[in-house]
Amino acid sequence: MSVIDPVAPRAAGRPKKLIANPMAKIAALPMIMTALVIFIGCSVWTVVHSFTKSKLLPSSQFVGFDQYERLWSTRRWLASVENIAIYGLVALVFSLVVGFVIAVLLDQKVRAEGAFRTIILFPYSLSFIVTGLVWQWILNPDFGIQYIVRGWGFENFTFDPLHNPDTVLAALLMAGLWQGTGLVAVILLAALRGVDEDIWKASRVDGVPAWKTYIWVVIPILRPAFVTATVLIATGIVKLYDLVVALTNGGPGIASEMPAKYVYDAMFGKQNLGQGFAASTMMLLSVLLILIPWAIFEFRGKKRG
Amino acid sequence: MVDISQTYSASRRLDGAAGARPKRRISASRIMTYGILCVICFYYILPLWVMMMTSLKGMPEVRMGNIFAPPVEITFEPWVKAWSQACTGLNCDGLSRGFWNSVKITIPSVLISIVVASVNGYALVNWKFKGSEIFFGILLFGAFIPYQVMIYPIVIILREIGLMGDVWGLVLVHTIFGMPILTLLFRNYFASLPEELFKAARVDGAGFWGIFFQVLVPMSLPIFTVAMILQVTGIWNDFLFGVIYTKPEAYPMTVQLNNIVNSVQGVKEYNVNMAATLITGLVPLTIYLLSGKLFVRGIAAGAVKG
Amino acid sequence: MLDQTHTALDGISVSIRDLELSFGAVKVLQDLNLDIAKGEFLVLLGASGCGKSTLLNCIAGLLEPTGGQIFIEGKNVTWAEPSERGIGMVFQSYALYPQMSVKGNLSFGLKNARVPKAEIERRVARAAELLHLQPLLDRKPAALSGGQRQRVAIGRALVRDVDVFLFDEPLSNLDAKLRAELRIELKRLHQSLDNTMIYVTHDQVEAMTLADRIAIMRGGVIQQLAQPLEIYNRPANLYVAGFIGSPPMNFIPGTIAGSEFVGAVRMPLSGYDWERGPHTSGNVVFGIRPEHVKIGDAARHCACQTTVTIEVVEPMGADTLLWTRVGDDEFRIRLDGQTTIHEGQTLPIGFDIDCASLFDAQTENRI
Repeated sequence: MSVIDPVAPRAAGRPKKLIANPMAKIAALPMIMTALVIFIGCSVWTVVHSFTKSKLLPSSQFVGFDQYERLWSTRRWLASVENIAIYGLVALVFSLVVGFVIAVLLDQKVRAEGAFRTIILFPYSLSFIVTGLVWQWILNPDFGIQYIVRGWGFENFTFDPLHNPDTVLAALLMAGLWQGTGLVAVILLAALRGVDEDIWKASRVDGVPAWKTYIWVVIPILRPAFVTATVLIATGIVKLYDLVVALTNGGPGIASEMPAKYVYDAMFGKQNLGQGFAASTMMLLSVLLILIPWAIFEFRGKKRG
Repeated sequence: MVDISQTYSASRRLDGAAGARPKRRISASRIMTYGILCVICFYYILPLWVMMMTSLKGMPEVRMGNIFAPPVEITFEPWVKAWSQACTGLNCDGLSRGFWNSVKITIPSVLISIVVASVNGYALVNWKFKGSEIFFGILLFGAFIPYQVMIYPIVIILREIGLMGDVWGLVLVHTIFGMPILTLLFRNYFASLPEELFKAARVDGAGFWGIFFQVLVPMSLPIFTVAMILQVTGIWNDFLFGVIYTKPEAYPMTVQLNNIVNSVQGVKEYNVNMAATLITGLVPLTIYLLSGKLFVRGIAAGAVKG
Repeated sequence: MLDQTHTALDGISVSIRDLELSFGAVKVLQDLNLDIAKGEFLVLLGASGCGKSTLLNCIAGLLEPTGGQIFIEGKNVTWAEPSERGIGMVFQSYALYPQMSVKGNLSFGLKNARVPKAEIERRVARAAELLHLQPLLDRKPAALSGGQRQRVAIGRALVRDVDVFLFDEPLSNLDAKLRAELRIELKRLHQSLDNTMIYVTHDQVEAMTLADRIAIMRGGVIQQLAQPLEIYNRPANLYVAGFIGSPPMNFIPGTIAGSEFVGAVRMPLSGYDWERGPHTSGNVVFGIRPEHVKIGDAARHCACQTTVTIEVVEPMGADTLLWTRVGDDEFRIRLDGQTTIHEGQTLPIGFDIDCASLFDAQTENRI
């Protein structure tokens, strides 16, 4: 037993350890590797190689913005960008509005709310492939909705969105919204349940009609939930791929092509890696354009809060 | 990044409506509410109904009639055919092959991704080290990067380590891309447990793994269930990674289903297609219906995946 | 203040030398020195954020100090693992492992230390007996009441057969009645064992009743380390004077002019127990505890007398509080509960120098 030396209590130094908490660092290794190698490494690799003349194999011969010039002069890519813009905008607005309406309706102390909720959310559990194939069947002109309505006596009724370049996006929207709106509704419903009940008492005392309270009081309160839902939908839309493959495979013609599909086809179908890299870099850029303003908004909000 | 905690905790509050109280039991607005809800539900149920009905009809009846009508004569033949005889371009042994492939992919992917992510979450909460939060930030940010940006370099990596086309390569990919959301899930959960519990275990002499396995894991079964639900449905439904990182004979069910239904050869057997589609959707659908609120909790967090 | 206990090093259980802890630029603990005798019950008392829990966590090894050293039973444990320090710890939230039975909770640490089974049984049985836990051994924590849970938490420290017990606000989560009961139980436990106990609390009643010595902390610095009555009677500075006692001490600012305090009242200072010799000038604060103020006839024999108008009367049963003003400053008087004084009444009050305190207005230290 050593006795403390009151004259020089600092005599014993800090034991030299090479790594503090070595176990924790080993355990976090998969996360560190994933973050560095995959999320940063692979992204940077792709961005860098989008400036090369990669074709069948990745090349390290830099060609400046050639791939991008070619990309933006390719009709299929331009169509893809236009499609995703239209689809994205409509899907975003529709799922937020419809999702909010459903959430409000479900919040009216309805009976069997659980059953309603189960029904509107179940498509979200399905694969986009399953969704795409079911809707392909329902929209099939020879058997589906067109056939039924004609059977009712409207002989000239046409409803064949899958084979009409002007309306094929509507078909994609019908399927996409079928799968995704339920989630928005559930997120907003959960947020609605977090709204202070006293607001309803106060608005009734003030004689404000319920719909006005929803628009002017509740929606601003739900802003964080709306932001969350918007970011979820938006980042999901950018990645839209499976649904298109299953429902239209990009057709008719190139009327329902999407950027994600362009990337896949360029990389694995046409052996044109450079185009794939350039297109995926554009996708990354568009996600950043959504994310960064939102991150700033969130960060500022937190600082103020 | 996304304010998950809010939707996440709120999803547990889903019981008990908080909206404006109706004045009378039956009123015009009441009828409107139920009316609109029923129409919406009709839209949601319809495809499921059509799938079910078509898959139970014989081909003659499908050709003749209304896809919404129930079958006159119920037959399970399309189901049997979809399961064991349906053809893709390559072979005609039905969806069963894809089903078993998906099982072989899903089970190890789910287990490994959960083990890795839960340990990550634990290390992030209880054993913070310099830079740990930065790595986590990158990880979360990665959840938003379109997969398309990373898929080709990963092909190269898998080729280099000899796992390209192998089921284990796909397992690795699922583990990687499941990591952000699962780590977030576990990190938030472990952070919600009292810190004093962790301190008490340290005073009691438990080490890194001792605290994890003996103290934290037994307390965290709900979150492991949520993670399991999230991963099983996510991985089962995956199409993109399956089609890129596996060979045709190892294709998961979704890829095989798409190949069966969208194959251009031969006569289209719509009843078989619908049976195949339904069979593929059955696994996540069952999980959804059985797990109820836990599923909502999972997707509220998992939705970040987009 | 440390020097008194410094002479007998053999009798020291926990010794803290020049301890420092900062999170970034924030200094949570500064230059902290503390010697705790074997078998002593030391209470670390302070408002939230004063560093008392941080200090305890450093002693336990749950936080690593940025500077200084910690010795327990003569061993330098500054960088030792918590389990190797010979300490047991009891937490505010009990921190019982929910999936383990009471017995499992008590024996978890012993199993980790690879103590033989028979020995574990023996120690668990002893702790259970001491804390009346025998009938609860097979229950899960969820099936216990708050008081029972806290007894299990104490038991968990007890079975480890350690020299030093650390308590981190162990009674704060209990209701008032249970808190009082467990307080007595803790005091009995301390009397029957000879362990050193270090106890963190923000409750001055707990501190006064349990402690052999109290260390009052503020901003990571120990303001005063002394026996409870010493702290009550001779607070080292304005902060301690205002912190200890409920309601707190009354303060009257003023100056010393010769042998007299001059402020809203005048008070001859002959007979005052000076800290370091008499002062004859300077700005000071005069302090008197509410319970040391006399009223009515008794006031007439006091060295200092004045007249006040009562603003608020708070009858609390055992005693009654009167709120009034002396000069511009709020002034409280504590009387026995049967008084019939009413609001608006004008009263003569008085107090004597022997229960008063004087503080330097600049340094805030007792003079």
